[in-house]
This record gives sequence, structure tokens and C-alpha cells, in this order.
Amino acid sequence: KGKGGSMHMYAPHFYGGNGIVGAQVPVGAGIALACSYQGNNQLCVTLYGDGAANQGQIFETFNMAALWKLPCIFICENNKYGMGTAVERAAASTDYYKRGDFIPGLRVDGMDVLCVREATRFAAEHCRAGKGPIVMELQTYRYHGHSMSDPGVSYRTREEIQEVRSKSDPISMLKERMLANNMASAEEFKEIDIAIRKEVEEAAQFATLDPEPPLDELCDHIFHNEPPLEVRGTNPWSKLKSVS
Amino acid sequence: MAAAVRFFIRGANSRLSVGTGTSGSLGAALLKLSPSCSSRSKTQRRHAAHFTYQPDPVPTQYGETQKMNLFQSVTSALDNTLSSDPTAVIFGEDVAFGGVFRCTVGLRDKYGKDRVFNTPLCEQGIVGFGIGAAVAGATAIAEIQFADYIYPAFDQIVNEAAKYRYRSGNLFDCGNLTIRAPWGCVGHGSLYHSQSPEAFFAHCPGIKVSPHKVKDNIKCSFTDGDPPHHSRAVMQVPSQIINNPLQKSQDLTKYKINTIIITMKARLKRWICDLLSVFFQSVVKTGRLLVSHEAPVTGGFAAEISSTVQEECFLNLEAPISRVCGYDTPFPHIFEPFYIPDKWKCFEAIKRMINY
Repeated sequence: KGKGGSMHMYAPHFYGGNGIVGAQVPVGAGIALACSYQGNNQLCVTLYGDGAANQGQIFETFNMAALWKLPCIFICENNKYGMGTAVERAAASTDYYKRGDFIPGLRVDGMDVLCVREATRFAAEHCRAGKGPIVMELQTYRYHGHSMSDPGVSYRTREEIQEVRSKSDPISMLKERMLANNMASAEEFKEIDIAIRKEVEEAAQFATLDPEPPLDELCDHIFHNEPPLEVRGTNPWSKLKSVS
Repeated sequence: MAAAVRFFIRGANSRLSVGTGTSGSLGAALLKLSPSCSSRSKTQRRHAAHFTYQPDPVPTQYGETQKMNLFQSVTSALDNTLSSDPTAVIFGEDVAFGGVFRCTVGLRDKYGKDRVFNTPLCEQGIVGFGIGAAVAGATAIAEIQFADYIYPAFDQIVNEAAKYRYRSGNLFDCGNLTIRAPWGCVGHGSLYHSQSPEAFFAHCPGIKVSPHKVKDNIKCSFTDGDPPHHSRAVMQVPSQIINNPLQKSQDLTKYKINTIIITMKARLKRWICDLLSVFFQSVVKTGRLLVSHEAPVTGGFAAEISSTVQEECFLNLEAPISRVCGYDTPFPHIFEPFYIPDKWKCFEAIKRMINY
């Protein structure tokens, strides 16, 4: 509802993003445990980046997941930079798929759509067969900066960005492959482009015109199931209501 | 002398813009009556606090001064430390290119990559590593990218750094460690880039929590390993973010003179004698106190100040001590302008205190 901002979007089965990177990995293992406990043949996919791959809690999670054979796919999105730090300067081993040690790992070309699909299928079957967790490293790239405070060019050259964009862009690669194999024509692609543009514009419109949550909701959802309580605030005489 | 108090003055066209641009200490404003203030009672009531702001003269006892903003001051302090202390090292996430707040710009080029280097993304590791370096004798300056990220390192700070000297009977200490962590809301930070964790650490004996206020303060903290109490590792918590709304709120124009506003950001010096004695003197003079910070009000540092001041100056107080702080919720994204204790909330609180 806007209280978390763009980083914190949630949906059914989508448990959201985390500001403290690496913190979502133990949470993911917990969700995987719930899946296996409830016996619903589901698994949990937990994503983190090459920067977060150096956090201690990830290794704690690997240990627990392997010990208890949790159906969890750990995906490391390796875009070569942890905001401003290149992977060679941050990690003693840049083979992120091997960092699971006792957990099997796959290295996947993250810029190839079909490759990612097949690898995920393999990983999902692995987990569903009860063999325990698996690590996947998706090798990919980031064109822009990491965030609003990162220009994106102070630690790498523009030529590098251009090169990746022209040679390994996933959408272009797939498009060329389909054209070369006569799976679709250029006109069909144009139609798809137009439809996508329309959808994105509609979504952007919806997001910008959507009203902001009312001020009464500032303190809602701090706790659960409690009778509405008063939250102390900036002044002792003004208290806000919190509804759980 | 870093002023612990700002006097907000009412003036026809005076706007207090102290703080963002000046380096060195920010003294209390010199106040003088405006020539247009007459002695008639009506105008006396209206212009009782009609003062003209006069900025402090530039301090000369430290040599040349230069006008810098906060980040430049920090960079300058780090620069001085690295040049005067051959054992000093700076490390943290993304410090090599200058850091997200540009506090380490140019230092790596100047001092080499063995003294200014990036660490992987591991706060617990960074702080633990810093403690080790400090214990061995190096002046270690660890940077946590945002204060919100400091919690994985909480154990290292509270259980290791704070207690090292105490538990070893002064045989070992990590007094040479400084941890820099920018805190506070930045406009779009939301839950994990806007927190103010000073209260958590102020509660821990053995570490010093101090703001980036003046260059002298920063430099002192790098070299200071020997505080009056049993503080050990030195930690600086806030690094003011330049476009912070609370900072802008210093441009206040309509306040009466006998109210003191203390903003936690700019005020939190060593929380030992200096800070409190200044508060006590001010309270004795004016009888009222308002403490404000962005952190949630329950258990925030304002509570500590409030409680100590009422213990010492109970009979001098003419109104209950007012705390204008953040709400007891996680830091919201969209509601940020309503969440933070801005000038209007402070104004409201001051009015109530005056009319108590």
C-alpha cells in the first residue's frame, strides 16, 4: 500500500523483496520447510545477488537446507557488480554455483531465455524428487546503476555496457533465434512490441493515478489481532490509531 | 565549541540557515536588538524576540578554515587522519569510488588501495575485521553503508567491541576502531535506508555514539581511545544527509527566545558530561526543553535526555519536557513527510510548552 515503497511488492506466493540483502535466504529456506511439511509438492525459489552471496546468513542457510533436505532453489543472480564493486574484488571464489559446497550447483547463462527455462525445470524436478536444495548461478548483466544513488558508470566503462547490450541482450537474442528458425515473422514481433508497450503504459498509468493510502493507515499493521491501540508519536498529545 | 542549542529567533527577514554550509563549530547566534524595536509595551510583546542573526566569527585557533558541506568535512577529516596516521585504513562497501554519500572521494587514489579498500557485503565480517585490526594497533575506520545495515554487526559491536577492554582488564582494546554509519531519512529511503539506531547503541556501555558534527569531533574520535568512562571502541552514528528535511527545518523564523530546541541529529555529542551540562545550563536559564529525533519515540534517546534533565533540573522546569520524535512504526515509504518530526510539529510543541 505504499508503506514499503517500490522495493516491497507482494503477491500470492510472492513473499517480497528485502532491503537487507541476504536476509531473504533463511526466510526462503523456512518457506521451503513449510512446503515440505505441508506436503503440497511446492518448492521455494530464493533469489539473491553476487553481492549478497558473501553474507554469512546465506551459508547458515545452506547448511540447514542441506541437512534437512529442504525443497529450495537458491538462485544467485550474478550481474558482475555488487553495486560498485566488481565480483573479483568482492569474492574469493566467483564460482557462485560452487559456493553451496555440499549442495549441487548449476551455472546458467542468464542472458539466454531458453537456457534459464530448462535449468529451472531441471532444478525444480531435483527439488520435487526430494533430493534436497540446489544452487543456480545465473550469469547476467545490469545496464543501469544499482539504485538512484548509483550512476552506474563510475566503476565500469560505457563501452562495456554497450557491448553487452548489443551482443548478449536476452530479448534480442531470442528474437534473432526465432527469426532465423522461421518461428515467427518480423511483423508478429512488431505486434507484440506494440501490445507490450500498451500494457506497460497502462500499468504505469494505474500506478501513478492510484491514490496514495490515507494518513490513517500510517500506523496500521504493526501488530496483529490486537484491539485498536494508540501509537505514540511525535507529540505526546497526538496519538495515531493502529488497526491490525 | 559545537553548540548544543539553537536559538530560534523571530525576525522580519532573518532566516537561520546555520549548519549546512559552514565548517568548524557552530556557535550560538549572537543576538542583538533590531533598531526598529521600540520600547512600547505593545511592540514589546510583538517584537519581544526581534533579533537579527549575526553569524559567529570564523574560529582562528585551528588555522585556516574552509567552507565545506558535511560530506566534504568528513572526507577532509579522513584525509587528515590518513596522512597523519600511517596505520589508518578505511574499508567498507563501495568506499573505493567514493561511497554512496561521497565521503571517501579521492582517498583511494591519494593513499593507495592497501589503505582504502572495498569489502564484500558482510557487515558482521566488516566490523569483526575492524575490531581485529584495531586490537592489533591499526586505526581502523569501518564504514557501514547505511545505518540500517548495521544490525548483522550488532553482535560484534555490542558483545565484542564494547567489552574488549573491560574483559581483558585493559590488556587489549579496540579504541582505535571507528564505525561510520549514515543514518536518517533521505526522502526515498523507506524502511531500510532511513533508520536511526542510536538508541540501541547508546544503551550499550563501552561504545561512544557521536554525530558527524564538526571536523574536530571526527578527528578526535579517530585518535581517541581513552574516554572518561569505560567507553572503548568509538562509533560515530550519524552522518547528516544533506537534503534532510529536518536540516532544512532549521530555517525557522517564528520562535520565541526562551525555548530551546535540541535536535538529536546535530546535537548528540559524547553522551557524557559535555552534552548534559550544556542542556542543564540551558534549562536552568529558560525552564523548558524540547528534544527531537527521527527515531521512534518509545525508548528513543530523547527519553534518556528527558529523564536525566528532570532529575537534575526538576525545580527549574516550567513545563514538562517535550519529545517530538518519530512514530512507533517502521519507517514508512509514502508517509515519510508525515512521519518525521518537522518544524511544524516542533512549533506546535513549543507553543504548548510556552502556554503551559
